[in-house]
Amino acid sequence: MAKNKRKLLQGNGACVEGAIYAGLRFFAGYPITPSTEIAENSARFLPQVGGRFIQMEDELGSMAAIIGASVTGMKSMTATSGPGYSLMQENIGYAYMTEIPCVVVNVQRGGPSTGLPTKISQSDTMQARWGPHGDYNAIAVAPSTVADTFTETIRAFNLAERFRTPVTILLDEVIAHMRAIVPIPEEGEYEIINRVKPTKPPEEYIPYEITENYVSPMPGYGEGYRYHITGLTHNTYGFSTNEPEEIVVKLDKLKNKIDKFQDEIIKLRVDNMDDAEVAFVSYGSVSRAALQAVSLARSVGVKVGTIQLYTIWPFPYDKLKEICSRCKKVIVAELNMGQIIHEVRKALSADVEVLPLQRYDGEILTPTQLLEKLEEVL
Amino acid sequence: MATVVKQKSDVMLNYLRPKMKFPSVWCPGCGNGIVMGAFIRALDKLGYDRNNVAVISGIGCTSRMPAYMDFSSLHTTHGRALPYATGVKFARPDMKVAVITGDGDALAIGGNHFIHACRRNIDITAILINNYIYGMTGGQGSPTTPSGAFSTTTPYGNVEKHFDACNLAIGAGATFVGRATVYHYPQLEKMIIQAMEHKGFSLVEVVSNCHTYFGRLNRKGDASVMLKEFKENAVNITKAKTMTPEELENKYVIGTLYVNNDKTEFCDEYHKLMDIAQKRKK
Repeated sequence: MAKNKRKLLQGNGACVEGAIYAGLRFFAGYPITPSTEIAENSARFLPQVGGRFIQMEDELGSMAAIIGASVTGMKSMTATSGPGYSLMQENIGYAYMTEIPCVVVNVQRGGPSTGLPTKISQSDTMQARWGPHGDYNAIAVAPSTVADTFTETIRAFNLAERFRTPVTILLDEVIAHMRAIVPIPEEGEYEIINRVKPTKPPEEYIPYEITENYVSPMPGYGEGYRYHITGLTHNTYGFSTNEPEEIVVKLDKLKNKIDKFQDEIIKLRVDNMDDAEVAFVSYGSVSRAALQAVSLARSVGVKVGTIQLYTIWPFPYDKLKEICSRCKKVIVAELNMGQIIHEVRKALSADVEVLPLQRYDGEILTPTQLLEKLEEVL
Repeated sequence: MATVVKQKSDVMLNYLRPKMKFPSVWCPGCGNGIVMGAFIRALDKLGYDRNNVAVISGIGCTSRMPAYMDFSSLHTTHGRALPYATGVKFARPDMKVAVITGDGDALAIGGNHFIHACRRNIDITAILINNYIYGMTGGQGSPTTPSGAFSTTTPYGNVEKHFDACNLAIGAGATFVGRATVYHYPQLEKMIIQAMEHKGFSLVEVVSNCHTYFGRLNRKGDASVMLKEFKENAVNITKAKTMTPEELENKYVIGTLYVNNDKTEFCDEYHKLMDIAQKRKK
């Protein structure tokens, strides 16, 4: 068996490597700190594999261009940060409504507004769920290491293709800019999912047909299926509608295709939870500090465990409740003024005390800070 | 005569979508129908494989057009048709891509995308139907509303200056720019053929009538009166070159205004770049 390739990569570079492994062939973007290296690496590496890179005039255009490319059947991605992510919301909403697969990387930075361009933050978790106006269901993933960024980017593409929806990768600035050795898998080592194409002939094709898993087969433009795509609420034929029954069918489709198949999306890393009385819930870079803190606390006999959320959305309410059923206290550690803690409170029963550990000064949460918090609550 | 009429309607029926609800959202007499007719006849004459044509639009009365026609159609967000089209064309350079847009869509909310699509000289044909007003939202002023003209947001007359879409496109780097009016529909049809066949970014501005809002608020009369006004005030580019700016005031300069076949096209250039990148990798 051939030894796997290894590469020294920056988090942003690992994202591009993972994306190309997953089949990325179209990137459109606009420079913004701290995500810019994703655009730069795409510009360099995509044409080498027959892919395409375009620097657009702004983030609105970037998001529009990747949707346009995906409509032709090409796997596409854009990357941005805080202010750019805000600008993309309009067309991300379009991708939710029209069910066009694509991947959006948001290397988070402090906000609101221009905020802290070079500093770490995890304050866009709610925007990843509720960014565009309207009702829809969202998928967002959060890597915690450079190697994770490679694999989670592959997972993001697979989810986008499987569920015909935009998928957000929430990356932390320190992961994006950290360099680490990343094992690069051989072709075929990781499963790559591609969107389902129609098997019916064009004259029988119904673009938004309600199928068993609510996901409709999607042909690329130019493949003989001439159909209509609109951001207006549409019927199964893809044409705009004001009929109450058709509106409900469409919106239920957007909800059900994700709600009913959450098990395929939710991914958690659970450590030392079997006998834990206290648990850390975290995601992204904070999960690294949590693992270290727990290892130190365990060495002096404290019954503490960690739960890392790789999937932020859909939120794993049921799984979290089950895993924390024996816990007395749960500490939610995050780099914001309290976002995911509200979801954890919703998930857990009233007799579990949910406590915040929040940092929003642009610095990372360290294992020491987590241990101090642990001491305080014990 | 009867057979000629029948043949013409057969062409139209062949390209209209059977499952789409008619009548259209457009007011009776709207210029959009004339443009759609010209577009369909042009595409029919060009004889492209219909599966290889994408028609893309933003938001507004005009932008509803792609839904009615049996091509691959993408009705996108307000002002963003051109970047969506850029994605489609760049991913599938073999496809023929047309954008149907209006004055508000292309020049206000989409103004930045418009100049950059021109600058890139990407092989997309933009058909900009200019009716000098926002129709779908009920008659508000647009970037082409003339100074002094009335709209629901310029109730005392427009104090702003207007864009000349064609000059803007030429200045920004488009390589085929022409203007027609909905009165001059045979010229429009020919111009769409030329624009679609042109390699690079092409703009066809179509002066059109929104008698419902622009016409009513500015006492320009009904659709037929507005069309007659286009006829009377249109000046061909050849003649316009001999006229003074004063003489050209309130005239519509029509015809092919600018063609440049020397400038390289974006997708072609990127293709060359891909070859270089792949050689360097080896």
